[in-house]
Amino acid sequence: MTKAHRIVGRGRIDASRPVHFTFNGVEYQGYRGDTLASALMANGVHLVGRSFKYHRPRGILGAGSEEPNALVGVTHGQGRFEPNTRATMLEIYPGLATRSQNHWPSLKWDVGAINDALYMLFSAGFYYKTFMWPKAFWTKVYEPFIRRAAGLGTAPFEPDPDSYASRFAHCDILVVGGGPAGIAAALAAGRAGAKVILVDEHADLGGSLLSETDATIAGLTGQQWLDEALAALADLPNVTLLSRTTAIGYYHENFVGLCERITDHLEHSSVGTPRERLWKVRAGQVVLAQGSIERPLVFDGNDRPGVMLAGAARTYLNRYGVTVGERAVVVTSHDSAWLAAFDMAKAGVKVEAIVDLRSDPSVDLQERARVLGIQILVGWTVTGTRGRLRIKSVRVCPVDLGGDAHILSCDVLLMCGGWTPSLHLFSHSMGKLRWDESEQRFLPGDHVEASRTVGAGNGSFGLAAALAEGDQAGAAAARELGYDSAPATYQVNGEFALSGRYFNELPTDRNPGKAKAFVDFQNDVTAKDIRLAVREGFRSIEHVKRYTTNGMATDQGKTSNMNGLAIAADAVGRPMPEVGLTTFRPPYTPTTFGAFAGYARNGLFEVTRKTPIDQWAESEGAIFEPVSLWRRAWYFPKAGETMHAAVARECAAVRSSIGMFDASTLGKIEVVGPDAAEFMNRLYTNPWTKLAPGRCKYGLLLGEDGFIRDDGVIGRLAQDRFHVTTTTGGAARVLNMMEDYLQTEWPDLKVWLTSTTEQWAVIALNGPNSRKLLEPLVEGIDLSDEQLPHMAVAEGSICGIPTRLFRVSFTGERGYEVNVPARYGRAVWETLYESGQEYGIVAYGTETMHVLRAEKGYIIIGQDTDGTLTPNDAGLGWTIGKTKPDFVGKRSLARPDMLKDDRKQLVGLLTSDPTVILEEGAQIVFDPDQPIPMRMVGHVTSSYWSESLGRSIALAVIEAGSRRIGEVVHIPMPDRTHAAVISQTVFFDPQNSRINA
Amino acid sequence: MLLIRCPYCNAERPEVEFVYAGEAHIVRPVDPSQTDDDQWRDHLYVRNNARGLHFERWRHIHGCARFFNALRDTVSDKFVTTYKAGLPRPRIEDIKESM
Repeated sequence: MTKAHRIVGRGRIDASRPVHFTFNGVEYQGYRGDTLASALMANGVHLVGRSFKYHRPRGILGAGSEEPNALVGVTHGQGRFEPNTRATMLEIYPGLATRSQNHWPSLKWDVGAINDALYMLFSAGFYYKTFMWPKAFWTKVYEPFIRRAAGLGTAPFEPDPDSYASRFAHCDILVVGGGPAGIAAALAAGRAGAKVILVDEHADLGGSLLSETDATIAGLTGQQWLDEALAALADLPNVTLLSRTTAIGYYHENFVGLCERITDHLEHSSVGTPRERLWKVRAGQVVLAQGSIERPLVFDGNDRPGVMLAGAARTYLNRYGVTVGERAVVVTSHDSAWLAAFDMAKAGVKVEAIVDLRSDPSVDLQERARVLGIQILVGWTVTGTRGRLRIKSVRVCPVDLGGDAHILSCDVLLMCGGWTPSLHLFSHSMGKLRWDESEQRFLPGDHVEASRTVGAGNGSFGLAAALAEGDQAGAAAARELGYDSAPATYQVNGEFALSGRYFNELPTDRNPGKAKAFVDFQNDVTAKDIRLAVREGFRSIEHVKRYTTNGMATDQGKTSNMNGLAIAADAVGRPMPEVGLTTFRPPYTPTTFGAFAGYARNGLFEVTRKTPIDQWAESEGAIFEPVSLWRRAWYFPKAGETMHAAVARECAAVRSSIGMFDASTLGKIEVVGPDAAEFMNRLYTNPWTKLAPGRCKYGLLLGEDGFIRDDGVIGRLAQDRFHVTTTTGGAARVLNMMEDYLQTEWPDLKVWLTSTTEQWAVIALNGPNSRKLLEPLVEGIDLSDEQLPHMAVAEGSICGIPTRLFRVSFTGERGYEVNVPARYGRAVWETLYESGQEYGIVAYGTETMHVLRAEKGYIIIGQDTDGTLTPNDAGLGWTIGKTKPDFVGKRSLARPDMLKDDRKQLVGLLTSDPTVILEEGAQIVFDPDQPIPMRMVGHVTSSYWSESLGRSIALAVIEAGSRRIGEVVHIPMPDRTHAAVISQTVFFDPQNSRINA
Repeated sequence: MLLIRCPYCNAERPEVEFVYAGEAHIVRPVDPSQTDDDQWRDHLYVRNNARGLHFERWRHIHGCARFFNALRDTVSDKFVTTYKAGLPRPRIEDIKESM
């Protein structure tokens, strides 16, 4: 194994701790402190993946979270595969297994690379153009091909075995970015006594100090000063340092999301340790010290493995002790790449040449290069690269194209197109960007939040500026929060003042139409694509972005947005600030779903509400269904019984003897007070004034728009007390609506509202034997039909437990609803079940309840209504109190649209073939022979097999349905079109004789 | 995430404790039957949809459960002020002076 690319002892890796890991099944050695990228390059590996669209071989471009190219799949153990991990951010540990992406059969020999030769098919907007004809090819050929080819990496398919934590935190000052500016800010604020959180996305705090070699601070090297500063911060109890923590989003009022990576860099972690932790921080002041991102240069072949950012190469050398190549060419329009070249040369790398696009780089730099024996090509450009899986040579020629091209051999090409201030979080906070004309860059404008931007992110390039701005911002932020702070001074020596220029595509003497000059490496967008988009008429940068997909990959264009904008602006012929930058959105870097979910998984994501009787149903083998957040017993199959058989048996028991049903999920609201009846009058359609205590009414609730919102039986317990029931799913909505009117429209009414849904267990008993079952168990209530007729309520006791006993029916049979305090629900249920054996009592579920109510034409809100039905549409016009001057929704019922005679109305449907059960939701047409698309005149809302009737039944809404009773309509279903006759909604016992049977 | 001051609790609490409840100061007519169809349509459906300062209703649903009114800037999203239900609309000029 070669050590040729590692300078042991240099950088911050731990040379005493070798680490063995694999990449594509091959074992390599790195050291603790390496990233996958640094460790691979220490082993001479640059080829790490294939690109998204053209499957071109790709290497490592950068050294940070902006990396667009080096995305790998990582296995952290069973069930822990993660695609698209940036090799530059992935810390290695013993046993780490990684693999490259986007190729078949192998990284070095990939069939998909044919796309590269067919590049003309994949230009900007290719998916709108290439796959258009013939039409029939779309579903059979193109779509399957695109689906197989599309996507970066492979999604894991196993459930995530890890846990994720989340927490809130409050601090005075949050500092984002642990480079020199951030550290200076944290020191200033921390020493002033403020509660500070300092975060950095890397494993080590330090930022550029980790790769600084020239300058000294107060006589210390950058790394020495860093160690002292971090020790000082660690000593301050009011300062929290968080490394491996990315500030992913900046939200209103200094609310910042942080994602801390806890275990991904560890070989072993103790059971229960969360993989990541989401911090939700509310800060008094925020200091953004995110630094800047190096910009690539745009030229033909700038994506070949071995072509990388000069600053990244410097980082690999000084922070990891890795020389990225043996023979380097540097191409740049900015001074900083010269420093990278000098460091490389001093470390023994042969620097073939520095190619500077500018005609006038600093004489001092040129002199230093000469001393190091580096060839200088000032005013030259790069026009192409060669090498299949790794760069082998660079073609250079003068910018004015007035001389012969040279070919320079190399194994790495280090490029620098300048530096882009990192404004992502500032933009999240809705801060507007300001165009800096002289430096041709965007800078933060006015801060919307209580925040400051410092250092390179603020356009203040260089160590001295970063330290000074950071110190001032930290002190000023602390002062604003009432802390006394003294300014610090940092004496920086040996720093070189850096400047640069920006270029679009580099000048070339070759045919630019054939150049593959990449702007967005991750989405394979070239300069040509952007110019093509503009030629095709796209002018807005937001449109150019979406059409070309520039900046839309997982890196959100950190290295491509500015180059893309510059080229687009040039093509449009307008200045860059007028064309404008696309919007930055959270998260700053890709973030796991696990981190966002945190503890909110499974039962903690959505609670399952269970009634007091739920456990009994479970032990009886009930099958459950979810109804809003509740789980309800759906049906109770006996051994070997199908659902159809179970429901038929349950229905028959209710109609012939007695069935019992857990209705505890019904919403319940206690409406109490001297004005309770007035309140009910104003809210519900029905008249309540004359309802006697002890009597009930079916209440209908409309929205102010006149459409049905909810319904339920409402009992008047006393002059000033109503027991309101609502639908299971509507309880919270109805209470909210009641509170809204009571608090804001009628605050003068003396009424109190209390949710009692979970205070009562409700057992519905239905069937001709229900009274006989109840009579011996009830005390204090006369169950005779005279004293407790249908739609009555009485208070007494059952089995010695206080009860509100309703005589109501949702089945058409004689029915009672026994309300008992929830904690006695199961005991009373079991007693009734025991006693009911004498009558062959059967527990039934929601399915049987649905069938029985449909046989009677009783509607279910939200199933038979959809927010567009008025009381008349639903056949419930009878609920309206005709003499009431007003109630919620009344005025709307007189609007012209509500009076149209072709409104959809609720009707019954009887299929011509009585064995056919229509599909709920199926559309209805009058004429089945009309051309497609047919005119749809309604839909099926409820549909069941009725055991009582020996045939299927259905409810439907149909245009002018109530005028069309007896007419035939047609319901197209997947197998065939069925005919059905429109009927009344009551299918069973229309005389209501069974209610007293 | 915004911070919202509940005028009943007189406490600033995070947005997740609250729900939005539509535009404020839309008074239900005392006798809706006296409104014509256009007036009633406007009452039901026509809203300001302001860009900028907007009077709106909120409810401290996970707190005191009271409905209250607020003046909020729909561009910056931020609350300018909150006040109890039933109080008159504050004059924007007064608020701007005090800002």
